[in-house]
Amino acid sequence: MATKQTKGLNRDAHLARELFAADKLKRVPTRDGYGEGLVDAGAADPNVVALCADLTESTRTLGFKKAFPNRFIQLGVSEQSMASIAAGLSLAGKIPFVSSYACFSPGRNWEQIRTTVALQNSNVKIAGAHAGVSVGPDGATHQMLEDVALMRVTPNMRAVVPCDAVETRKATVAVASSAGPAYLRFAREKTPVFTTPKTPFKLGRAEVYRFGKDATIVGAGPLLYEALVAAEALSAEHKIEVGVINSHTVKPLDAKTIVRAAKETGAVVTVEEAQAAGGLGGAVCELLAGACPVPVERIGMPDRFGESGEADQLITAFGLSAPYIGLAVLRAIARKRGERVPDAPEYVAKARQTLEAMRRDTIAQALARTPKKWGGKLSNDTLKSRAK
Amino acid sequence: MALDIRGPKVRMPLHLHDKEAMRLEELAFQVREDIIDMLVEAGSGHSAGPLGMADIFTALYFHVMKHDPKRPDWSDRDRLILSNGHICPVRYATMARAGYFPLSELMTLRKLGSRLQGHPERVKLPGAETTSGPLGSGSSQAAGLAYAGLMEHAPWRVYCVMSDGELEAGQTWEALLFAGRNKLHNCTFIVDRNNIQIDGTTDEVMPLEPLAAKFEAFNLNVETCAGNDIRDFVAAVARAQSVTEKPTVILAETIPGYGVDAMEYDFEWHGKPPAPGPESRQMLAELRTLGGRITSEHQ
Repeated sequence: MATKQTKGLNRDAHLARELFAADKLKRVPTRDGYGEGLVDAGAADPNVVALCADLTESTRTLGFKKAFPNRFIQLGVSEQSMASIAAGLSLAGKIPFVSSYACFSPGRNWEQIRTTVALQNSNVKIAGAHAGVSVGPDGATHQMLEDVALMRVTPNMRAVVPCDAVETRKATVAVASSAGPAYLRFAREKTPVFTTPKTPFKLGRAEVYRFGKDATIVGAGPLLYEALVAAEALSAEHKIEVGVINSHTVKPLDAKTIVRAAKETGAVVTVEEAQAAGGLGGAVCELLAGACPVPVERIGMPDRFGESGEADQLITAFGLSAPYIGLAVLRAIARKRGERVPDAPEYVAKARQTLEAMRRDTIAQALARTPKKWGGKLSNDTLKSRAK
Repeated sequence: MALDIRGPKVRMPLHLHDKEAMRLEELAFQVREDIIDMLVEAGSGHSAGPLGMADIFTALYFHVMKHDPKRPDWSDRDRLILSNGHICPVRYATMARAGYFPLSELMTLRKLGSRLQGHPERVKLPGAETTSGPLGSGSSQAAGLAYAGLMEHAPWRVYCVMSDGELEAGQTWEALLFAGRNKLHNCTFIVDRNNIQIDGTTDEVMPLEPLAAKFEAFNLNVETCAGNDIRDFVAAVARAQSVTEKPTVILAETIPGYGVDAMEYDFEWHGKPPAPGPESRQMLAELRTLGGRITSEHQ
């Protein structure tokens, strides 16, 4: 029998080969996994129905609509009614998937979800697309960051935040066959596919992707890849070995796995593309405060809204990428050792500076290209709209 | 609140003279060019709605509304609430043309650090009035503003632009019920009746007709106009202002993508920008001939 692994990537997790060769990893949006999983679920159970509020293509509900046209229900722009219509369908034995953008569902229709889905324990699945800041140029109104917290604090509701398209497909199939309310969160942009069909997945069970004795990163969603990158960098540059746990099910949280890791490493960092308060970070803090109080640092949105920008710009500008995760790990370890640390986390302060600099540069670059028609010096033909 | 028909005075004449109407029409086509240029620079955003509403926004900012671009917080200004925030490029372009901010800022649409967010934000852009994007909340905010205006016998009016797709949101009807009940005659709802939404035509997704009868049943005065005919729209606004017992809904029948042949009536153009190069060049050429009505392109 092989000796128990204590550091490095978990071989039993069957992650993608060449995990850190960015150019060799496929990049697919997690919403694609939802679309595939929904068709799988529909094929497995004729009671599965899909509801959508005028976003059939972008939520990837379109595949289900094509495969099972009679089980697709178009609601138009009415997310509040959609949640309760789904509840009604479930009362007659259907298994409804409610698809929209996370800012509308569960954003706009939270009360309908609370009463008609969660409180009466209806078998309704809420699928929130375009979650997080990575929805990009659409701006703050569409960058849903509070959904994980909203769903996590709602009794009877489970909250699942898969890390890539492969896992989103598994999660979709899993919630379809598991009775009761559930929330599935996914995103618009292409992100690395770093798990494989062989990677273990079970609702409510966190998976250890990397072993390490010095600290533990508990993450969910596509940023988990950034967490793995950060862990590799810390190992190479600082000889620090960091465990990485995929806590895709934010509720019910896998307390056993997380508490064990906290006890073994004594320092924890949470990583998510959501408000740092109330989501996975909140859940882990609540758990550890009772079971194993260790220093915890939280990577996420620091109590602010997003703004327009390109997805990769925003992930950096809001301090969600690997270098910031690395800083958070170093801070957690310093606190574990009883060292003095600045009151304001360095990873937050640095992100704030980066955001300011990126804003200045982006706007300066745009304005430098102003054509004559808008008061600038360049020929109007330099506009992209007039490119030859 | 007891009925009090004292409100903003009717500002006559709203009537448009020929020369002024022509000036506004040309301005609207310039705004359309701005919209294409902005969207292609941004690389994302919505095309059909902004082009379809260019005439109405031009009419509102350059003829109908009482406002001062140098004082966006002037307390006596008319309020323009944009409920379907995704068509903000048309608002940004007309605001820039009206002098709210430098035209050069149109280069920054949807970029990191811009005041011109992908969906408009009150806290970032003075004059944007409200933050919007998620559909249905503009009508309620407009009704709230109008209610406050009547409480204070304020001299200003509220105009609320909303989409037809957003009429599918229950909140819209809650707001209209409130507006009718409180006889908010200082409030004019302008529905961009372009018959498209993201997933298809409104008729396919969720039929809305008979719309005028629905509004009337909610105790609203209904005016219908051709939304791409500035003169017809202004006449509808004038009729709305002469009604002091009810709020008005102007059903503005617009052509989505108006002025660009490939986009007109096509729901596929709801949420994407033109591609840079031949596609956008062709669109700009069409706009410069004012929809084919003149043979030589203006500069």
